[in-house]
Amino acid sequence: MDWITTVDHKKIAVLYLWAGGFFFGIGGLEAILIRIQLIKPMNTFLDAQTFNELITMHGTTMIFLGVMPIIFALMNAVIPLQIGARDVAFPFLNALGFWTFLFGGLLLNLSWIMGGAPDAGWTAYTPLSSADYSATHGVDFYTIGLQIAGLGTLIGGINFLATIITMRAPGMSFMRMPMFAWATFITSAIILFAFPAITVGLVLLTFDRILGANFFDVAGGGNPVLWQHIFWIFGHPEVYILILPAFGIISEVIPTFSRKRLFGYSSMVFATILIAFLGFMVWAHHMFTTGLGPVANALFSVSTMLIAVPTGIKIFNWLFTMWGGQVRFTSANLFAVGFIPTFTMGGVTGVMLASAPADFQFHDTYFVVAHFHYVIVGGLVLGLFSGLHYWWPKMFGRMLSETLGKWTFWTFIIGFHMTFFVQHFLGLMGMQRRVFTYLPNQDFDLLNLISTIGAGLMGVGMIIFLLNVFLTSRKPADAGNDPWEDGRTLEWTIPSPPPEYNFKQTPLVRGLDAFWKEKTAGHKAMTPSEPVGSIHMPSATPLPFVMSVGIFIAGLGFMFSRDEFGSAVMSFLFNNYIVTALGLLITFGSMLLRSLYDDHGWHIEPEELEGS
Amino acid sequence: MMKMWQAGKRLLPMTAALGLILAGCGREDLSVLRPQGPEAETSFGLMKLAITIMIVVLLIVFGIAAYVLVRYRRKPGQNEIPEQVEGSFKLEVLWTVIPLILVVVLAVPTVKAVFAAGDDHSGDANAVKVKVTGHQYWWEFEYTDYGITTAQDLVIPVGKDIAFELSTKDVLHSFWVPSLSGKIDTNPDGTTNRFSFSAPNEGVYRGKCAELCGPSHGFMEFKVKSVSEAAFEEWIASMKAPAVLPEDPALAEKFRSACLTCHAVGDQGIAGAGPDLTGIGSRESVAGILLNDDTREDGAPIEENLKTWLHDPESVKPGNLMPDPKEELGLTDEEIDGIAEYLAGYTLN
Repeated sequence: MDWITTVDHKKIAVLYLWAGGFFFGIGGLEAILIRIQLIKPMNTFLDAQTFNELITMHGTTMIFLGVMPIIFALMNAVIPLQIGARDVAFPFLNALGFWTFLFGGLLLNLSWIMGGAPDAGWTAYTPLSSADYSATHGVDFYTIGLQIAGLGTLIGGINFLATIITMRAPGMSFMRMPMFAWATFITSAIILFAFPAITVGLVLLTFDRILGANFFDVAGGGNPVLWQHIFWIFGHPEVYILILPAFGIISEVIPTFSRKRLFGYSSMVFATILIAFLGFMVWAHHMFTTGLGPVANALFSVSTMLIAVPTGIKIFNWLFTMWGGQVRFTSANLFAVGFIPTFTMGGVTGVMLASAPADFQFHDTYFVVAHFHYVIVGGLVLGLFSGLHYWWPKMFGRMLSETLGKWTFWTFIIGFHMTFFVQHFLGLMGMQRRVFTYLPNQDFDLLNLISTIGAGLMGVGMIIFLLNVFLTSRKPADAGNDPWEDGRTLEWTIPSPPPEYNFKQTPLVRGLDAFWKEKTAGHKAMTPSEPVGSIHMPSATPLPFVMSVGIFIAGLGFMFSRDEFGSAVMSFLFNNYIVTALGLLITFGSMLLRSLYDDHGWHIEPEELEGS
Repeated sequence: MMKMWQAGKRLLPMTAALGLILAGCGREDLSVLRPQGPEAETSFGLMKLAITIMIVVLLIVFGIAAYVLVRYRRKPGQNEIPEQVEGSFKLEVLWTVIPLILVVVLAVPTVKAVFAAGDDHSGDANAVKVKVTGHQYWWEFEYTDYGITTAQDLVIPVGKDIAFELSTKDVLHSFWVPSLSGKIDTNPDGTTNRFSFSAPNEGVYRGKCAELCGPSHGFMEFKVKSVSEAAFEEWIASMKAPAVLPEDPALAEKFRSACLTCHAVGDQGIAGAGPDLTGIGSRESVAGILLNDDTREDGAPIEENLKTWLHDPESVKPGNLMPDPKEELGLTDEEIDGIAEYLAGYTLN
């Protein structure tokens, strides 16, 4: 019950982690099934329809329900601590964001048992995703599930923006903010501008499918290419929503384990902003073969290539952070160090793809599959592993096993390169992506076999990680405030796990790497910026959960509003939008309740604080 | 300037070596790395340039990373605090400017090639004009200047520019012959695409659909047959010849009533609902994926392939629109075999 009503950012972080981890597991299983099907030519392990459902759900699940929530888990766990705040700006909204994500994700995955998962690819290109060509409710689950989950992301992004702008500890100017906080800030800004695009797109597609509108139907005056633009105006920035937090994590881990400050901090900040800005200018590079014409293709080619410049700045700054330092190979740092060459490989193929005339060949082949898995798995997932190993003691008060951590790293990264490196060649040799099988004698067989074996090895790495988490949870919580000994930022100044109120007294920040600065000045703790006083805390409430249940019910009701049911009662309830109305009533009723009931929260008094 | 030239001299042999290595990859009639025409050659040239630049970048990053990781790992007992370096303006400018230069090196030929690829030859009197229409899951090729239509096998005269006009009848597809040219999408009417390629050598090239278009997306293949000019003219002439129908009048009637309501042969039947069957006996494959070549282990004689298809189309291409000949069209096994035999024998000169 405590978990359902909590509004504490640290508990919400844990919720995000478990829910994200759960969906990540589902996405991983889908990936393994895909690879088993492709292990040999003309395999009959899966049929074509199931395969298309699997690739659609694998992409959708991993991006929206797997990695983004784990990013949000780390942001929630770390950001208030890093900036010296007691919670996020809007704790109630934070909980609401989590629950809408969870119920959106559950709705999407219900499709597996309710008559067919979405099957039009994670990009859901029309007309394949229209009611004419995708007749099951699969794509409805996609549009409505993602709409609900996306609501949570948007809420979370706005919340972090407000938190970082308004709640930094005294003395922490923007240019003294840790890189992970910067990455979160910029990521949230991208979410703010990119998610409305997908929200609109999903509404239009829902209208086309359920209400018979014609936004993307040529016969009715619409245009399917419009969907591609809307999707990628969101979809390309989404790539940076995923990778910038990883950049932030790497920028925290490498300095800590090199005992050096980040090389070129201000250029890192500048590069992050520039990447975000350029990220909005390049969406059409996903559409070079759509037929936009040479002018658009040339412009988008060049603007895409430009992203290599700020990214290059980051790579070299990380390398030179280690230069002259004392590099320790903890599991967290192994993942960070493994990230650099792996992500660079994904980056350079990105530049290759940017060259439109070459992309005419690369596009929609396994070369692209290899590229974006190098960026998303080799970049983001390695970054997340690094961050999880790094912040685990802070989140749970327990150190993950280093031995198992190293096993995870080596099996995962070897498996990863085995899986995806060969896919570059598969693409160049003529294998298009999203094929459920392939004919023999095209020189595809051996490389596909290698790829599948690699995927299995990645699975083994994941299992070792889960084992590590399980074994660690059985140990006593005994991690110190600063378990890595070289912590540089504010989260390492308070106990692990932190008390409910985070900081007994808000610290005074006197420079970049605030804690490191105090340590080198011979201090053991931060100088407080306020006397010990009564701390205001928000009340726990089940309303965010109830609101999300309401939206979930409304979504299901809307989706099945045109269906014929076996029972007359069911048909009556759904066809007259009664279920939809009921769901919305629950949600808006909760909102009304929240507005009318004046909740002042509660206080922790100084006497209670003395004990800790 | 001298330094640039020296760097260039080092890049050249590397590009050549890369070209050789990459050229070993894949089938000549399929692989992007073994281009068989000027359009694929352009893409491949850009790829080689990009790969060369990128390998140099990777070697530098890997080199620095390896050096740092070996040289600066923490040694036992090492406890002094390393110097906290803020950054280096010079170095940071260096790794901003060098990537910029590399981007320009790649961007200039890219932009050139983009505009060259925009050349569609549709107004060129010498070019052969072909209207490509994508269907779930087959390809229709209409030669507008000659008034003929075929499916699955695109026959083109060697060395001539082929001007394509591409669209789709249902969902989006993408027309791709890797060894001849990059791909281009087939969009619905109103967003029709044009492009062109040519094949300087005679041969059969494998083509694919590259845009997810439903269950049988992976099976939506076709062949491009580049033949001599004389053979091409002959093919056009025999395509225009009156349709040949089964000799047995009963079978011909069955064929007319069961098949020609969706398909066409010559001037008979309905065009465009299903693939045109004129001269199907001369094609490289049945349904794009059953190869009519019994000398190969993955091929079979055409009659056998036609029987495989006609007895159960769904098992060959899941989700295709052809009604089941037995269940839905009411054909007997003998009639199916008879039609297969007739179609296998329907060849062109």
